[in-house]
Amino acid sequence: MTTGTGPALRAVGLTRTYGAGESLVRAVDHVDLEVPAGQTLAVTGPSGCGKSTLLQLLGGLDRPTGGEVWLGGDRIDHLGERALARLRRRSVGFVFQAYHLMHELSAAQNIELPALLAGASPRTARDRAAGLLDRVGLADRARHLPSELSGGQRQRVAIARALVNDPLVVLADEPTGNLDTAATHDILRLFGELRAAGQTLVMVTHDERVAATADRILSLRDGTVADDTRPAAGAGLGAMLAWKD
Amino acid sequence: MQDVVLALLVKAPSHGYDLRGRLAAALGPLGDELNPGQVYVTLGRLEKAGLVVQVREDVPVRGPRRRVYGVTEAGLARVGGWLGESAGPRADVAEFHLKLIAAAESGLADPVALVDDRRRELMGALAETQRAVLAYGTGAEPALLLEGVALRLQADLRWLEACGRVWAARTPRGGDA
Repeated sequence: MTTGTGPALRAVGLTRTYGAGESLVRAVDHVDLEVPAGQTLAVTGPSGCGKSTLLQLLGGLDRPTGGEVWLGGDRIDHLGERALARLRRRSVGFVFQAYHLMHELSAAQNIELPALLAGASPRTARDRAAGLLDRVGLADRARHLPSELSGGQRQRVAIARALVNDPLVVLADEPTGNLDTAATHDILRLFGELRAAGQTLVMVTHDERVAATADRILSLRDGTVADDTRPAAGAGLGAMLAWKD
Repeated sequence: MQDVVLALLVKAPSHGYDLRGRLAAALGPLGDELNPGQVYVTLGRLEKAGLVVQVREDVPVRGPRRRVYGVTEAGLARVGGWLGESAGPRADVAEFHLKLIAAAESGLADPVALVDDRRRELMGALAETQRAVLAYGTGAEPALLLEGVALRLQADLRWLEACGRVWAARTPRGGDA
């Protein structure tokens, strides 16, 4: 999915401030990060720590006031509006907490749409959507409207949509924030399959259990990186039984 | 108990009455059960083990005489070891709470660093648990057990977040990276 050997996504000194002078807010303050191709990065932290802003900067939905964003070897933070819009369509897949599906379109049509916008033929778009619906386990829901799907199913459609243009990176903002435990587990299993297939993924989450499934966890506090962890193998699950005397 | 009492004596020698007050202050309502004699028993044991020595006896104007204890070399080594060792996944909330306070009071360890170490440790355990949770279908008996383990780890991690915030605000840290 990525050409070249560099990281799929890289940020250097990434900064986003709002306001000025006394009322200056540093939403994201000199954040450095690197996501190697095929890896999953989780960004966690309390609400207001800047994690959603960071994700928007990484995906070109917002512009930094300082620093650089590199996507697949190309610097993207200083691109013009048109180029940025094009990049968002083709190279980045977005997944949101509230799904953001088009209510009047079927599951399949929701997935096809970004492919069509990126210039794929209707037939190619249809084929890709069918393949992705199958991949997310919803082959039999292709003609359903979002309102006819459960939350977990809607999010799986949204993930399929994010994948339709074979993006360099999928950016997910609280992807399980609206879901119950069982649906959350389904989404995490799906993410696991995507990772196994080499998909690069960045997810923002306040849920430690979701973050724990990532290769690397960035904890933000007040816009800066408070901790950067790779969950190491613990003492083994057997040791947990011994916890209780 | 021994480790905590020992740690509270690192910065300056003190007596049982003072130690009991400091413990009670750190524990709040959880310290209600603290037996008044317990601290003195602990001090006696520490003395027997050569970890503290009586350095003097204070004779207040009013009230009983107070034996003032100080930490020995061996005692200092033990506190250092206690603060440095992993709390272990089964450490309870009060024990780790006291450890952070002891670290700050003794100046032998940075509470924020202890919180960070513990977060990494628990995150590793949670990662492992989540992998197992996802590998089982919902409804399997082991899945139910794993769910409980994961939820406990999550609760501990959320509490650590709060610990990190409070101690980071209290601890002066030199230089910004």
